[in-house]
Amino acid sequence: MPTLFAVVTISFFLIRFAPGGPFSLERPLPPQIMENMIRAYRLDLPLWRQYLDYLWNVAHGDFGPSYIYRDFSVGQLMMQSLPYSLQLGTYALILAVLGGVAAGVVAALRQNGIVDYLVMSVATVGVTVPNFVVGPVLSLVFAVLLSWLPAGGWGDGSARFLLLPTIALALPQLAVFARLTRGSMIEALRADHIRTARAYGLSRRAVVVTHAMRGALLPIVSYLAPCAAALLTGSVVIEEIFGIPGVGRYFVQGALNRDYTLVMGTVVLIAVFIVVLNLVVDILYAQLDPRIRHD
Amino acid sequence: MTDFTSPAPAPDPGPLPGDLPAPAEGERGRSLFRLALRRLVRNRAAMAGLFVLLLVTLFSFAGPHLVGHRYDQIFTSYVAVPPSLEPRPSDEHLQDVIETAARRGRVTVGDFTVSGGSFTATLNSEKTIDPRATRYIDRTDEFEGTTVTATEEDGRRLRIAGTVAREYFPFGTDSSGRDLLVRVMIGGQISLLVGVLASLVSLVIGVTYGAISGYLGGRVDDVMMRFVEILYSLPFVFMVIMLVVFFGRSFVLIFLVIGATEWLDMARIVRGQTLSLKRREFVEAAVAMGLSDWQIIRRHIIPNTIGPVVVFVTIVVPKVMLLESFLSFLGLGVQAPLTSWGALISDGTTTMQAAPWMLIFPSLFFVATLFSLNFLGDGLRDALDPRDR
Amino acid sequence: MAADAILSIRDLRVVFDTEDGPLEAVKGIDLDVEAGETLALVGESGSGKSQTMMAVMGLLAGNGRASGSARYRGEELLGLSPSALNRFRGAKITMIFQEPMTSLDPLYTVGRQIAEVVRRHRRVSGRAAHTRAVELLTLVGIPEPERRVDSYPHELSGGQRQRVMIAMALANDPDLLIADEPTTALDVTVQAQILELLRDLQQRLGMAILLITHDLGIVRRFAGRVAVMRRGEIVETGSAEAVFTRPSHAYTRMLIDSEPHGTKTPPPSTAPAVLEARNVSVDFALRSRGFFARGAGTMRAVHGASLRLKAGETIGIVGESGSGKSTLGRAILRLLPSEGTVRLDGRDISALGRSGMRPLRRQLQLVFQDPYGSLSPRLTVSAIVTEGLLVHEPGLTSAERHRRAGEALTEVGLDPAARNRYPHEFSGGQRQRIAIARAVAIRPKVLVLDEPTSALDRSIQVQIVELLRRLQAEHGLSYVFISHDLAVVRALSDYILVMKSGRVVEEGPTAEIFEAPREDYTRTLIAAAFLTTLGTAAEARPQASGDTPER
Repeated sequence: MPTLFAVVTISFFLIRFAPGGPFSLERPLPPQIMENMIRAYRLDLPLWRQYLDYLWNVAHGDFGPSYIYRDFSVGQLMMQSLPYSLQLGTYALILAVLGGVAAGVVAALRQNGIVDYLVMSVATVGVTVPNFVVGPVLSLVFAVLLSWLPAGGWGDGSARFLLLPTIALALPQLAVFARLTRGSMIEALRADHIRTARAYGLSRRAVVVTHAMRGALLPIVSYLAPCAAALLTGSVVIEEIFGIPGVGRYFVQGALNRDYTLVMGTVVLIAVFIVVLNLVVDILYAQLDPRIRHD
Repeated sequence: MTDFTSPAPAPDPGPLPGDLPAPAEGERGRSLFRLALRRLVRNRAAMAGLFVLLLVTLFSFAGPHLVGHRYDQIFTSYVAVPPSLEPRPSDEHLQDVIETAARRGRVTVGDFTVSGGSFTATLNSEKTIDPRATRYIDRTDEFEGTTVTATEEDGRRLRIAGTVAREYFPFGTDSSGRDLLVRVMIGGQISLLVGVLASLVSLVIGVTYGAISGYLGGRVDDVMMRFVEILYSLPFVFMVIMLVVFFGRSFVLIFLVIGATEWLDMARIVRGQTLSLKRREFVEAAVAMGLSDWQIIRRHIIPNTIGPVVVFVTIVVPKVMLLESFLSFLGLGVQAPLTSWGALISDGTTTMQAAPWMLIFPSLFFVATLFSLNFLGDGLRDALDPRDR
Repeated sequence: MAADAILSIRDLRVVFDTEDGPLEAVKGIDLDVEAGETLALVGESGSGKSQTMMAVMGLLAGNGRASGSARYRGEELLGLSPSALNRFRGAKITMIFQEPMTSLDPLYTVGRQIAEVVRRHRRVSGRAAHTRAVELLTLVGIPEPERRVDSYPHELSGGQRQRVMIAMALANDPDLLIADEPTTALDVTVQAQILELLRDLQQRLGMAILLITHDLGIVRRFAGRVAVMRRGEIVETGSAEAVFTRPSHAYTRMLIDSEPHGTKTPPPSTAPAVLEARNVSVDFALRSRGFFARGAGTMRAVHGASLRLKAGETIGIVGESGSGKSTLGRAILRLLPSEGTVRLDGRDISALGRSGMRPLRRQLQLVFQDPYGSLSPRLTVSAIVTEGLLVHEPGLTSAERHRRAGEALTEVGLDPAARNRYPHEFSGGQRQRIAIARAVAIRPKVLVLDEPTSALDRSIQVQIVELLRRLQAEHGLSYVFISHDLAVVRALSDYILVMKSGRVVEEGPTAEIFEAPREDYTRTLIAAAFLTTLGTAAEARPQASGDTPER
């Protein structure tokens, strides 16, 4: 809760102290209309009143009307776009975690072998190539040149439409997971209790899966929340490239148009997500680590 | 199948009872820094990374002085030409150009030869040629300084000579007709500068904040770290976008804003280091000696924190460069005609089908730089923390 | 080869590939372990004794290679694939390690870990394995085994964890149990219990035990046969009796002689008191997680302790870990906030702040246990040794300081030419000398020595003890000597405080404490110490006690 409060406060004042307003763009409106608009949106009240009103409304789930999409409330826009972003993000998260962890474990078990170097080189490429390059390249190859998959759009939401954006969104995070997993797995394999497990003749599978991997998963679990945040960021780009009507696009458009309430709405929404995810991660962590559970 | 094992340091061969074999008088010991440096030098990937980084830096900063073109110079004759090591224009192309120009001057071109940077040609017409017809030729980008060297057949044939303005575009040009080579160089300058400066900003904020929090400890530490935790939950990239949109897109703002969002990890690392150093016995020994806080920070805390900080910088720089490219993609980066690798790459993605070189060249440099930083960072970490070897 | 040898090692070599080229840790040793016997493999740190057994068990680090032969009942173990080796590991040959804290997987209950080992080597149901785990925990003396079987390792004490490790080792009725420094990480009283347990189990179950240790006291009491290792070679093998009474190798003799001996002559009773502490108590605030949960309470680490240190005197403070002895040592140096009064030369210094204490710091110095952690890795030895001079003689030129560093190093028996080197280039004993040089360089009156010998090999310990004696005699230093090692304390102290749970439970002159302890706790401590050191050494060399060796 204090985090959400801080997010609302910081972004509210940041936006308000910035030069320009939602109606100062493009052609200037007639002064009369301008005045009416300002009154209608209560922008004539002192800033602290606006702030308190906003806090009050947000606390009651009301994000206010959009300044630019005048027929919609921010809440409606969110509800419209959120399912798209959520679905895409979830797929990408699953792909990143599964793929990354698998690659990392394999690399760790073959430390300094060819497989290790291969996996890590690919992972490094994944981290260093921006996903606004990966996206268009994927769509050029698979949609334009090979014509296997559609180049963009949500379509009917089937795998054909989602495959490319999911891969493009997941790739950098997959690479991060691979690097992270490799590191923590190598660390875990070096632990004293792994030596014990080997000294007692446990099978390689038991040593790797039951003893090393569970310990190695801990840092990976704690990266879940930052990863989800990164996926949200990435989705701004990916939604733009593949023409998916998600939250990220609204944010960018909102920011460019100085649509105060829309920007605020997106920021708050995302902060809620991060906070909730952090909570989930804490719970998951406690499930995995008895030392924390009993504290 | 072999039993998986991790290399571990060999056991200490162990002290022998008695004293050290006497080293030569005045012999200097091998400091940890030197040992780390030696390990780093032995790490081929890291050294290759360092070498590439130096090359790229040299390319970006010295390059524009060696190539004659300015980064915002527009060559209207050469819009989106593909890369080539041959000089432009080619001889056939020059033929075309001079014929087109001659047609405008209502003359035809007789024999046309180019040798090196100059050309000779003959112009024919049924009527007497006005020598000012050469102006049509000079008006093109390709030819200049055309003079009439001889007038024949009562002025119906002119022998002319002049110089050919030949341009090299090894990387091709962009869709506005600007030399991509120079633009990649300039973009490199901006990207590297943003990377380094923003990392410096995050370094200064992070180290100061972390060291204060860790050294003072207690309640102050609690409050300061709580604040960091809250900031962690802020969707920071969105904040950056907001800041850049609302406050304009100046170069200074971009690196300040990015730096201001990337210091959190640094603060946490430095705080952790400081906290653990504070508990180390050599710090307690210094307190027992009566050293002041400042003496302890200077002699013990700072030198022992530098390693992790250096390693971390090599992680922050690529992160910052990626963030900058991300902003450029959204059209929020530095403003044209100035450019950055990110901006060039994002331009390149829109034209990649027709003009792939506009994507390939900046991407190549960008990825090579990030790759090198990665290798250098890994190498530094291994060198400074031999436990990992 | 001995007829009933269950493990026979021939020409075993272990080589590690290091950055500085190959390093031979074990240089071709031969060793036989007979059924049911107790063989001790003795050596100081780095002698290769642990790596020998790691090689046999196929547990060498990735950069290590073993060659030669190691046969279990005639079957070659070296070079076997891990899966082939797993027929023996954990079933016929088992192993327990030095660090009970980290040797168990923190994420699983101890019952599960024991059951896992049982089921790995026998076809039994999960329920049967669980029952077996409870049975084993009962066998190794874990109280309430039915409940403890579901505990996680972090919920058990160090001694209990080592018992769990032993239970795991016994799970499949092994022929050979390898115990690698099984008690080194434990408190002295717990050490004794664990050794008793091992001995008792061996008598009941009849397996052979191979004990890897640096502690001759344990060897003498516990082992039937001894093999002494030095620098990767076995220098002497024989019955414990023979090795201790008639050591044939000079190194073995040196090891046996390296028990600290001698006693200290107390200063004259007229000697003035330099440091007096009265009723000193120390509280630690227990910090709870969560920002708003304030002061979850305090923990009293020291309860009203008093001491009076005379010029030239040594006061020993003994007790188990957590007894508050180190905390008391720091409190009287005013490095920790405390209640009560502390007087230095009759002047009350308990109210002085940090800057008020600064000029007095010169007279009160501290030497730590861990010679690796107490020297800054980034400073040269010269800079470390002269650190105090920066504060207390700020006028010195750097050349002058450098000269003083050389003097201080000479004083502690190090070559002054080494002063431009860095701590990591020195061995543990040499580092401890550097730490002592740092403390004595500013000519203090009182030196608090916090377990200064505990991290060192026995032979090095003796040298440090001798050094401390010499420095005390030459400079009239007063020591507060904190240690759990009663053998060293007896050799150095005039007067002893025994601490338990933050309180001084018994005090008196050294001879009185050792000859007529009043408290059970003190008796336990002494008994434990005698088990592992003095008693046996005294038996072997009855002439040793009493006479002060030449200085």
